[in-house]
Amino acid sequence: MSKMTLKTEGDRYVVVTRRFAAPPEAVYRAHTEPELVQKWMLGPEGWTMPVCIIEARPGGKIRYEWTNGKGGGFSLTGECLELEPYSRLVHVERMHLPDPTPDNHIETRFEPDGAGTLMTMRMTLPNAETRAAMLATGMEHGMEASYVRLEGLI
Amino acid sequence: MPNLDSTFSALSDPTRRAILARLARGEATVMELAQPFEMTQPAISRHLKVLEGAGLIVRRVEGTKHPCRLAKDGIEAIDEWLAMMRDALTRNYDRLDEVLADMKPKKRMKKR
Repeated sequence: MSKMTLKTEGDRYVVVTRRFAAPPEAVYRAHTEPELVQKWMLGPEGWTMPVCIIEARPGGKIRYEWTNGKGGGFSLTGECLELEPYSRLVHVERMHLPDPTPDNHIETRFEPDGAGTLMTMRMTLPNAETRAAMLATGMEHGMEASYVRLEGLI
Repeated sequence: MPNLDSTFSALSDPTRRAILARLARGEATVMELAQPFEMTQPAISRHLKVLEGAGLIVRRVEGTKHPCRLAKDGIEAIDEWLAMMRDALTRNYDRLDEVLADMKPKKRMKKR
């Protein structure tokens, strides 16, 4: 659990860091190769990603579709902006619920950390509408409300 | 519903975070808040306006005083959003650990 940190930075970003016991090349590939992404980028238990398209080049399209197998589902589209194998990715994404949420700009860095990787992901903050829409999709299922307390931030 | 943009913007200032930390211990007046920060009351009042506008605190009128306290809804909105994201990411990255462990022994991707 201590492997991941999540905090706000300034007034625009949420920064997530996570260490992995694999070299940057493997972690980078697991973020850019659809057959790998489909295995882990699933959110709450019970969801799958039957559609995963990543055109890993600047301007390339991203499309993810998730389903909970019970009629619930939503999708995400985006574009790759910058790719520096195996150290850095920049992309924009938006959720479709079904109306598109505002673009979220995300930079992900992969740095060698001993035999492993330190990943740092910097996301622009969603606005209130995005958050409301995210909550409305049922993504909060399984959430522990007490998991992160504001006391941790201040 | 509080706007998360203004909420996070309000939280970006260390004095305002400190004010919230103080208010987490209970209601306080502008004068009480001004003392530990060695700031003038008007300066503190400006910070309080930002926090109030972001839905993080509420003020009530008690004679000439306007004691402040934390606004439950504003605090919970951030809390809920961050908790949701942390939970989803934690699950995702735990799964990614397994994916990476499977990749390791192989030079190339192989169907299992």
